[in-house]
Amino acid sequence: MTAPTTEHRHIVVPPGSVALRIENLSVWYAAYQAIRDISMVIPERSITAIIGPSGCGKSTLLRALNRLHDTTPGARVEGHVWRNGVDLYAPTTDPVWVRRHIGMIFQRPNPFPKSIFENVAFGLRVNGYRGTVVERVEQALRAAALWDEVKDKLHTSALALSGGQQQRLCIARALAVKPEILLMDEPCSALDPVATMRIEDLMRELAKSYTIVIVTHNMQQASRVSDYTAFMLAGEDRIGELIEYAPTREIFLRPRDRRTEDYITGRIG
Amino acid sequence: MAMDSAPEAAYTSTTAHLAAVAERQERIRRTLEGGLAQDRRRRVREGVITSSLFLAAAISVLTTAGIIYTLGIETFHFFQRVSIVDFLTDTQWTPLFTEKHFGIAPLAVATLLVSSIAMLVSLPLGLLAAIGLAEYLPLRLARVIKPILEILAGVPTVVYGYFALLFVTPLLQRFIPNLQVFNALSAGLVMGIMILPLVASLSQDAMLAVPQSLREAAYALGATKLEVVWRVILPASLSGIVASFILAVSRAVGETMIVVIAMGNTPRLSFNPLEQMQAMTAYIVQVSLGDTPHGTLEYQTIFAVGATLFLITMVLNLLSFRLLRRFREIYQ
Repeated sequence: MTAPTTEHRHIVVPPGSVALRIENLSVWYAAYQAIRDISMVIPERSITAIIGPSGCGKSTLLRALNRLHDTTPGARVEGHVWRNGVDLYAPTTDPVWVRRHIGMIFQRPNPFPKSIFENVAFGLRVNGYRGTVVERVEQALRAAALWDEVKDKLHTSALALSGGQQQRLCIARALAVKPEILLMDEPCSALDPVATMRIEDLMRELAKSYTIVIVTHNMQQASRVSDYTAFMLAGEDRIGELIEYAPTREIFLRPRDRRTEDYITGRIG
Repeated sequence: MAMDSAPEAAYTSTTAHLAAVAERQERIRRTLEGGLAQDRRRRVREGVITSSLFLAAAISVLTTAGIIYTLGIETFHFFQRVSIVDFLTDTQWTPLFTEKHFGIAPLAVATLLVSSIAMLVSLPLGLLAAIGLAEYLPLRLARVIKPILEILAGVPTVVYGYFALLFVTPLLQRFIPNLQVFNALSAGLVMGIMILPLVASLSQDAMLAVPQSLREAAYALGATKLEVVWRVILPASLSGIVASFILAVSRAVGETMIVVIAMGNTPRLSFNPLEQMQAMTAYIVQVSLGDTPHGTLEYQTIFAVGATLFLITMVLNLLSFRLLRRFREIYQ
């Protein structure tokens, strides 16, 4: 079997409404290219998983979706990400505006060294929210399934919470500003199995009203929670590429590309 | 079985394994006995290293103890002859005159006044420089600017003193006609420039110690750069910044050459920065350079002043270390 070229890649376009359309996206860190020419469509109100071995550029791709690379010195992005007809990378698009609509959860829980309440209220305060902050904070904490555990200690330090609670606090913090899309960068990699299960349940719940893109190197997690799965792999030049993108069942049961099959059956990575 | 398919390989690996076990047992036995010449040589070498390191540490501790002892004993003699109430409440300091007064207030006020002016200069400028270096300037530019800023810290303080007296004072006199030749204002301004790199450098380190993940968390919530700095970086590094300020204050309080050269040597109780006055350090220099006989009351005054100065800077340093430790506890 010959190695598939770009034209032969198996990349489906999911039906239904589109949350993000990624077009020919490439990212460089200084002179080193991390991902090359990635095009895919993220469907709305669903969970899209990005899987692949370490160093294949899956986090790099995710961080390009809310223009977080703008904050990294030396990082450069080429290509387009369309949302409702707006190119997030157009010169006229404000990255701050982008991030207010596309929230992000990081690999390690990163609450601010402030109280639980202030953590959740942070996004509201920087966005100049004019309504009742207390209400929105409670709403966000409930949505993140954390309210019952913290309602009596809202004004104690967020750093005193357990790792799983901190991660749900970070989810609540992201939800408080009512984003449309949530990006999750291996949100469970620092958590124990029980906390992981709670976050996964929460993700299924959130997918009813949000579009979620999750990066994970845990294939079981991708198969458990996601609707669509993208498989990325770095070639010999160590630049990450999108190899296959399909409904999760398809990817795991009938991978089209040999390399996808090798990865999900544990032969590489 | 592996033996069937490759009996030779299995045989050699077993022999190698046994040899390795034997060698390890031998090594354990030797270590336990500790009788080998090599082990003894190593122990001696370790001993020499440990004791020379201990000696180096002991010298600095002993020096500190010696300083405290000398200060303490002479200060004790001083307070046997002068009441501590007079020392703290008298408004005149005239130990070198016929009519002697021993109120520390004129010297202490002069020191605090000049240090306050220095802090008024160095706090805002130092903090802004630190924010610029840590958050705004491109990394490459910051790497060039920081060493240049730190050159300020390397200028001999006597140069700063003459800079204040011969450049800043005449310059200020154009705008403030009643500014005296020796005055607290120019001394304080120049001292502020001197401690600026200390504030900027330590505050910058405190800001850079704030984890990158917190910056990203804030950016991801739609914070602007200003909001990230103002609502995340500054609060998170506050104790480190405060610690740098306190270190800078204690440096200012103990600064000598600038105040000797540019602020004057007349102990007068005054809060007017345009007038000349004498700082605590300047008084010590004045007496040390004079011909005051050993053991006299005049001689003991410098130890009393020195002990006061020592107490102030020690309290400030302790405070700063406590804050820094709290800061480290949060993030490590």
